[in-house]
Amino acid sequence: MAVVFERPKALLDVPTHYCPGCTHGIIHRLVAEAIDTLGIEDKTVGVAPVGCAVMAYDYFACDMVEAAHGRAPAVATGLKRSLPDNVIFTYQGDGDLAAIGTAETVHSATRGENITVIFVNNAIYGMTGGQMAPTSLPGQVTQTTPYGRDVKTAGYPVRVCEMLSTLSGVAYAERVTVDTPAHVRQAKAAIQKAFQNQIDKKGFSIVEVVSSCPTNWGLTPNEALQWLRDNMLPYYPLGVYKDTTGGDK
Amino acid sequence: MKGNEALAEAAIRSGCRHFFGYPITPQTEVAAYMAKRMPKIGGTYLQAESEIAAINMVYGAASAGVRAMTSSSSPGISLKSEGISYIAGADLPCLIINVQRGGPGLGGIQPSQADYWQATRATGHGDFHVLVFAPSTIQEMVDLVGMAFEKADAYRMPAMILADGMLGQMMEPVSFPEEAAEVKTVAKPWATNGHEGKRAHNIVNSLYLKPDQLEKTIIDRFQRYETIKATEARAEEYLVEDAEIVLVAYGATARIVKSAVNTAREMGIRAGMIRPITLWPYPVKNIQKAAETAKHFLCVEMSMGQMVDDVRLAVNGKRPVDFFGHTGGVIPAPGEVLEKIKAIAGGAK
Repeated sequence: MAVVFERPKALLDVPTHYCPGCTHGIIHRLVAEAIDTLGIEDKTVGVAPVGCAVMAYDYFACDMVEAAHGRAPAVATGLKRSLPDNVIFTYQGDGDLAAIGTAETVHSATRGENITVIFVNNAIYGMTGGQMAPTSLPGQVTQTTPYGRDVKTAGYPVRVCEMLSTLSGVAYAERVTVDTPAHVRQAKAAIQKAFQNQIDKKGFSIVEVVSSCPTNWGLTPNEALQWLRDNMLPYYPLGVYKDTTGGDK
Repeated sequence: MKGNEALAEAAIRSGCRHFFGYPITPQTEVAAYMAKRMPKIGGTYLQAESEIAAINMVYGAASAGVRAMTSSSSPGISLKSEGISYIAGADLPCLIINVQRGGPGLGGIQPSQADYWQATRATGHGDFHVLVFAPSTIQEMVDLVGMAFEKADAYRMPAMILADGMLGQMMEPVSFPEEAAEVKTVAKPWATNGHEGKRAHNIVNSLYLKPDQLEKTIIDRFQRYETIKATEARAEEYLVEDAEIVLVAYGATARIVKSAVNTAREMGIRAGMIRPITLWPYPVKNIQKAAETAKHFLCVEMSMGQMVDDVRLAVNGKRPVDFFGHTGGVIPAPGEVLEKIKAIAGGAK
């Protein structure tokens, strides 16, 4: 019998620590599928962040490096400059990429480092238990914004793809989500393209995945996806923000 | 050749092709030299957005298995301390240069040795050490850079050259070893450079959520440190054998102390000097041996007295240990050191 569906080889057959309904599982799978499709597991090195995906190094079958909080793009830069023919990706959350690691994100982008960045934006600090993230929405209640994020004191959420798309070093920036099968397929194509760009030496590619956190949002998985559609997508519109790679490959 | 440039050239001749830095006085010539040389030899010079990014680039390059380094001066080393802790926690080799200036805070830009505690006690959070080498001549800067890379590889840990603004900025004749056809490196089967389908995936990591596991990795590391303490401590002894007063000084200060010791000898005072070349591991045995015959120790530093702690630990109350120093970029004069020696000698009578 033909096998029509199986675990991607680049994803190890181990239980993950993610909460039920968390979309990290889908995004891990999409990254692994891209690695399998492009046949690059043997020369790929992933960089895990600090945050919910901190233990991604135990889940991906390629070589993995665990970085300090926010430093993944700098670590990936060191790897890529040492291994220019290997494929280097980072997998980072919103606190990691858009708060403590903003400098590393912006400067690896503006240098045009030929790396792939997978950015999971769920508008909250998950691992530490639900504090305000740089991408938490105005009015969003978190452990550290118990009365809702007040933009007068806590400022506004950061739109990463929009910001990075102004930088000449960025080859490709797209925002996707994984709330429906159709969106998952779009996300898969975007992630694969972000890896293909690196193989083709096109430069810095980032895919922002608007994601859900049922546990810290205090919602069921389904409610969380609906909250994502109702609240996050209006503030973080999906789409290609920059693409200088000359079309799909 | 200028000290900072000699450090850079020595690193290149030791096979380093990956330099990540950030400008700061008084070490900037290291970066400038690398920026000129690296593109010509197929290496990487990268000016990072911060010291934090630079040390994390070193972390990434070291993970890939190449010889990587960064260089900075005191305030910059504080920023790098996060990354140094991660590098130590992940058992990665690399070289860090600290051309010390005055602190704390922005401090000043003149020579200082006030980062001794930082280098030997707390280069970052957690239980760990880095190998610390303290050259006192430009030639020794060259020689110790090669040794630092070798030892870092051998023991899978960060190594530091702890110099100061005087050594970085001064010029002296220097001879480089012939550029070896093959650089002595060790196999790095742990490197994350793509498994090529030939092995399970490698992981470079410092996270251990289970306390037992974390404790075990630290205890294993400290067992390695015991070997290092037993075999890698280095010091120069100068006229120590019959010395009644033993001065202890490292780096640029040792040059000043040596001239004070010479003058004291001319005056009939039996002075000598121990110059630690490794600050971690500390040359405890040299001090202990001297404590059997000498009557008095005098530690001289460009700080308020930091290394003197290690001298006192080694002497262990057996003899008096005095301290003399200047800080903030003020350099002790040989005459001042001599007065201190004379005072001790006079008191001894």
